[in-house]
Amino acid sequence: MKRSRLPAFITFGVILFLFAPLVVLVVNSFNASRFGGEWEGFTWNWYVKLWAAGEVWESLWITLKIAFSASLAAMALGTLAAYSLHRFRSWLQTVHHMLITLPLVMPDILMGMSLLALFVLSGIETGLLTIWIAHVTFCLSFVTMVVLGRLQDFDFTLLDAARDLGATQAKAVKKVLLPLLLPGVLAGGLLAFTLSIDDYVITFFVSGPGTTTLPLRVASMMKTSRSLPMINALSALLIASTFIFAALSSRLQRRA
Amino acid sequence: MDDFLVIDQVSKTFGAQRAVEDVSLTVAQGEAFSLLGPSGCGKTTLLRMIAGFEKPDRGRILVRGQDITALPPELRPVNTVFQNYALFPHLSVWENIAFGLRMSRRPREEIRTGVERMLELVRLGEHARKRPMQLSGGQRQRVAIARALVNRPQVLLLDEPLAALDLKLRQHMLMELNTIHEQVGTTFIYVTHDQGEAMSLSDRIAVMNAGKVEQVDSPENLYETPGSSFVASFIGDANFFTGVAVELQHEGYVRVKVDGLGSPLVLSNGTVSTNQTLRLMVRPEKISLTLQRPPSGERVNAFSGIVEDMAYFGSHTRYRIRAGEHRILAQLQRSRFSGGEIDPARGAEVWMSFHPDEGRVVRLEAAA
Repeated sequence: MKRSRLPAFITFGVILFLFAPLVVLVVNSFNASRFGGEWEGFTWNWYVKLWAAGEVWESLWITLKIAFSASLAAMALGTLAAYSLHRFRSWLQTVHHMLITLPLVMPDILMGMSLLALFVLSGIETGLLTIWIAHVTFCLSFVTMVVLGRLQDFDFTLLDAARDLGATQAKAVKKVLLPLLLPGVLAGGLLAFTLSIDDYVITFFVSGPGTTTLPLRVASMMKTSRSLPMINALSALLIASTFIFAALSSRLQRRA
Repeated sequence: MDDFLVIDQVSKTFGAQRAVEDVSLTVAQGEAFSLLGPSGCGKTTLLRMIAGFEKPDRGRILVRGQDITALPPELRPVNTVFQNYALFPHLSVWENIAFGLRMSRRPREEIRTGVERMLELVRLGEHARKRPMQLSGGQRQRVAIARALVNRPQVLLLDEPLAALDLKLRQHMLMELNTIHEQVGTTFIYVTHDQGEAMSLSDRIAVMNAGKVEQVDSPENLYETPGSSFVASFIGDANFFTGVAVELQHEGYVRVKVDGLGSPLVLSNGTVSTNQTLRLMVRPEKISLTLQRPPSGERVNAFSGIVEDMAYFGSHTRYRIRAGEHRILAQLQRSRFSGGEIDPARGAEVWMSFHPDEGRVVRLEAAA
């Protein structure tokens, strides 16, 4: 029997659809042409310029600080939220579950606006703190969902077994529950990290002077054609690091 | 009686459901004891109360005279082999067994010798570095036993220890459990719904039904002289007949008139009075089948019936025989046919007979 070529065509189409823009971008980051219309020869020039652009690196540093601290906080809160969602059944937890999944589907623009409204109302000046709070808010849901998935596979008689063997409640959690939950928590944390790094819409609303994160910086650079190819170079680097994080995250999730 | 483990009037309710109702038991040191009953009879709840995972609503639990009712699980001299073993998947076999010793902060050398002693007991030395996932069902079970026994508990609880194993392995682990019990001499308490398991594992069995203990006795006594029709039907198969006592004889023999079966002579443990309504029990394998009426006599209960159905089991054959209103189960060893005595077909008339000692009064009902 002749094997159908259809699956191969579909796969090829999907890959082309997904990655053609990225390929164009990466190729253009080595293009000597400023506007990227046609190929004018290979150059490292944009990378060199990017290296010298201090404000870009400052923005990257801010972004990383926020992403790191926000995903850590989201890991801690999300794990606690997942635990209470899994262990307790009450009307309160039903509402909790509904509310925590809401940010997954809520438009970013709505979230950004509502957060800004809240900050203005409570008199908190927009800046690092507000960005951090906003990022924890939307990362929390993702971490919770990932950890919740892990918890659903967790056999709670293991905690009984630990206590039966002489562990206190706290020791049982530390020696049995946490080690087994850790891959899920880390996977959730990595997901949160990647989400936080490239968030534009929400950050746009809640950032203040002197807290231009990388996505905000890139957007503002778009306005001047002089720095356009530098964005290509920066994006190429971002793509590379995103791939690495995604691979790490899926690896952690797959591990038993 | 040695009051090593005492369960004193323990009750437990979950919402509206009475899981365990006023249960009192005593278990001797080194005894192999079973809690046997259908699912939902309260045996697992009782086990969880002994282990400390549930608090009784009323009553006390004592080990060696010490009241442990209020102690959390980690402070009880009791360890458990869980139904699905509950081995820690992130730890090696060695670390699983060492867990209890590590929790009680024993010196490193004591942990090492303790774990190695256990690995030897359950013959898993070569698998010490493996994770539980890499072991077979029987091996996992042995790890679970070793992990519990390494702490030298006063009482070892085993929750349906063989339920997760396939038939062949079950037979093997049955022997293995008996051997381990003999070697360590710890008090073993099994929880099981399988009467065969309970019979071959235990010195004594408590048969539970609907949160109460129906009878506590040795396997032999439970089988031969069940105290209630529930025990009789739960342990092995049984034929039950209802009749009226017509003649009391010496040494507990009583003649009971049963509609359609004449007046068989049977044995009663309790006192019986004439005209009292009684329930009789006869095990299928105690009934002999013959084509001719057996020679009549004082010591033989005989009645005839028509073979309705039969099923061949290899080692024996079962017959369902209709006698008047009754459906009677009889079981014949294959070897009895080899004499060519009888080989009844469907619809054949056969004679059933049993010795008075094999017929038992199981429950005395209020005098009619």
